[in-house]
Amino acid sequence: MKRRLPVSAEKSDSPGRIALRTLVSDKRSWIASIFLIFIAILAIFAPVYAHNIAHTDPFNSSLNATIHLHGKDVPVLEQSTGGLGLGVTPIGPTWNFSKYFLGSDNQGRDVFARLLYGGRNTLMIGTLAALLTIIISIIIGLVAGYWRGFIDSFLSRILDVIWAFPVYLLSISLSVVLLTSGLSIGPIHVGAGSLALPIIIIGLVYVPYVARPIRGQVLALREREFVRAAVGSGAKNSTIIFREILPNIFPSVLVFVPLMIALSMLTESALSFLSIGVQPPAASWGTIINDGLGLLYTRPVVAFAPGFMIVLTAVALNLLGDAVRDALDPKARLRGAL
Amino acid sequence: MRRSIAVLALASTLSMGIFASTQTASATGTDAPLAAFDASHAGGTLKLVANAAAGSLDPKINYTAQYWQLYQATYDGLLTFSYGDGKNTFNVVPDLAVALPKISNGGKTLTFTLRKGIKFSNGAPVTVADVKASFERIFKVSSPTAGSFYNGIVGADACLKAPSTCKLDKGIVVNAATGSIIINLVSPDDAILSKLAVPHAVINPASAPSKDAGTTIIPTTGAYMFKSYDPNKSLIMVRNPYFKEWNHQAQPAGYPDEIDYTFGLTAEAQVTAVENNQANWMYDPVPADRLNELGTKYASQVHVNPLTAMWYLPMNVNIAPFNNVKARQAVNYALDRAAMVKIFGGSQLAAPVCSFLPPNFPGHVDYCGYTKGATPAKPAKAWGSADLALAKQLVKESGTAGTAVGVVVSDDEVNKQMGEYVQSVLNAIGYKATLKPISGNIQFTYIQNTKNKVQISVTQWYQDYPAASDFLYVLLGCASFTPGSDSSINMAGYCNKTLDAKMKAAILQGTTDAAGANKAWGAIDQAIMADAPVAVAFTPKNLDFISSSTKNYHFSLQYKMFVDQIQLK
Repeated sequence: MKRRLPVSAEKSDSPGRIALRTLVSDKRSWIASIFLIFIAILAIFAPVYAHNIAHTDPFNSSLNATIHLHGKDVPVLEQSTGGLGLGVTPIGPTWNFSKYFLGSDNQGRDVFARLLYGGRNTLMIGTLAALLTIIISIIIGLVAGYWRGFIDSFLSRILDVIWAFPVYLLSISLSVVLLTSGLSIGPIHVGAGSLALPIIIIGLVYVPYVARPIRGQVLALREREFVRAAVGSGAKNSTIIFREILPNIFPSVLVFVPLMIALSMLTESALSFLSIGVQPPAASWGTIINDGLGLLYTRPVVAFAPGFMIVLTAVALNLLGDAVRDALDPKARLRGAL
Repeated sequence: MRRSIAVLALASTLSMGIFASTQTASATGTDAPLAAFDASHAGGTLKLVANAAAGSLDPKINYTAQYWQLYQATYDGLLTFSYGDGKNTFNVVPDLAVALPKISNGGKTLTFTLRKGIKFSNGAPVTVADVKASFERIFKVSSPTAGSFYNGIVGADACLKAPSTCKLDKGIVVNAATGSIIINLVSPDDAILSKLAVPHAVINPASAPSKDAGTTIIPTTGAYMFKSYDPNKSLIMVRNPYFKEWNHQAQPAGYPDEIDYTFGLTAEAQVTAVENNQANWMYDPVPADRLNELGTKYASQVHVNPLTAMWYLPMNVNIAPFNNVKARQAVNYALDRAAMVKIFGGSQLAAPVCSFLPPNFPGHVDYCGYTKGATPAKPAKAWGSADLALAKQLVKESGTAGTAVGVVVSDDEVNKQMGEYVQSVLNAIGYKATLKPISGNIQFTYIQNTKNKVQISVTQWYQDYPAASDFLYVLLGCASFTPGSDSSINMAGYCNKTLDAKMKAAILQGTTDAAGANKAWGAIDQAIMADAPVAVAFTPKNLDFISSSTKNYHFSLQYKMFVDQIQLK
């Protein structure tokens, strides 16, 4: 969406200010930001809800727990009494914030409390993985684009190799391998159940998708007059990179941030759904969907609630990404590169 | 035997055959034998559905409950387990043999006479040469139980070392003129009749391949033969044109004209197919969220039967923290078996137990040393509730608190939930537990291999045949522990020399004094559980869901539902 700016602003304000003003005036960015802040606050206060309001431990099985509801004690997992008495059904949504608001899962755990904790992990992994992707991509893009030649060819071929594998295939393969023994690089060891594993895996598999456009932009910037002038005036490479090139690729990087968070979050959810992401008893939205898979007929809310959250959050991040893109560079079509 | 996964040679278990003087074949069955065949109900196509096929169709290779169920109606051995209902189905009856064997030479010689006039489904007559070749074939194809069930046959040792050239000239002596078959054993074996009655001992034509036949169909002798088999699609059984009933309790005529087994449906889809009469029976366990629906709307089509099986947690007694008996006892006290029953589907589908031998099994004694208020020395009659406080105290006393523990489970829904529960319990009593779900195809062998350093796992055991030794000696005998092997069924790595000697003595006693032996097995069970190499959780029941158009349901404690006895009209 292209927006026309006031003539006075175009004359007096810096590009950053103009972009910020454009972003602030975009309703999509407001809606998306408010929703994301709301989700983040809910996730941050998950322990407060679990311990002080619901009085539950969402990571411990409570198969024999009972709650007091409508004047009587009700088991959280109820043995069927009709017919042959087959099966045990978890309690459904009570719509009471202080006890099993969204009901229970198969382990007798509070689904709403796990949903909040799951949001923490999903958003944290999504955000950190996206930042990891972007940091690595900036380094690769700058080095390959600025020095060109052999270094560029070498780094580009590595990116090609990673790109050759579908993202999900590669991340599933890496997860399956690393989940059994963890990751050891020299003195650094990441445990098999650590949340750092999905962050590293997701962070790495998306690098080619961000590094390539950045490299292309650096290659173009390298030929611009102001860079040539800096080279001609004898400026150091580090000075040129950090003072001349990096500030100019920053807007593009900013556009990538929300989009990469959304993609990383979706990948994390997929891996956790397949039991190769976040490991039990920890929760993520993906693991909760997996928990609810066996309850689709009796307690569909267990699977639908986290699914709903994933959809809303991904939509919000994409809206924000679009708004940032329009604000920073209305002509950019960086999403096409993804 | 595990429920559905083709697995395990039971290694060198049961290798010590012991004495028998004169052996009576069948346990005293109290439940009903099979009613006479009623031709007016014959006909139709029985439709069975399952998520997946069970691998090789070769009866000497396949070791799954899924196909052993079908072999009952297709293949025959010299002996077999009886048709009928209830305990009657544990009885061993003569099948291709005229009668139960005459046992002599201190239990080391079994003499059979082959029935005359029986033909394979390709029209060839069954001869004593086929019988001898079939026993040699057990070793030639490296049957999973070759080294455990049949290694007591004279000459078996050489066959195990050089399978391709296996000859049992001294072990299986046949006389074509008289039809006599003499099986010579190295030493007496109290369970030999049961071992001769399972599918790995069925009689195939001498021309059957000396390797795993895979999807190639081997001619049958029973009421049905296999017409086609595509593991990705279906298995079709039709009537054997050469079949004539010879022993109604061993191999009765079947009712359906054809039995079609279709693969590839999820358990959810299977339930729906049976509900809609698109299928007559489903193999896989009913998903937890459909149980209530079946129990209320389709109650008349549901059959729940006891199984001689158990879900249990082997604890590796050779590595920390479970190399400390107090740590193992703590797990036994901490397990809320009622909670695990809930995960399995509720009290109608499973019952909490503490003892190693399942209820209604030879040697079983009602006791529980790991319930609130009881100790292994002063056990209660049954499990009542978990004792978390005592469990925490035992962990503290053992000095193992804070140890990292990996719980290895199969990655299917129910096993994973069991694992999550166990992880929660271990964390609650002071360990740092992590869950390691791995593919069901490899989990059972993975947890057997000591190289994988598995500390605790969740697994199941379903009987091969009704004898206490099939549980205690197979799963916890010293001979079953083979470090570094995928076929080390004693997953706990437990080897108590004193108790091992007592188990061998009980096997020996069982050949002459079944009641006395069972009493001894009961005592051994309690002595082993005092050491707590495993934590037994519950004994499951079998649920069959059949369509409204089917009748004449009969259940075998050995092979589950008799598919060939289902009537469609």
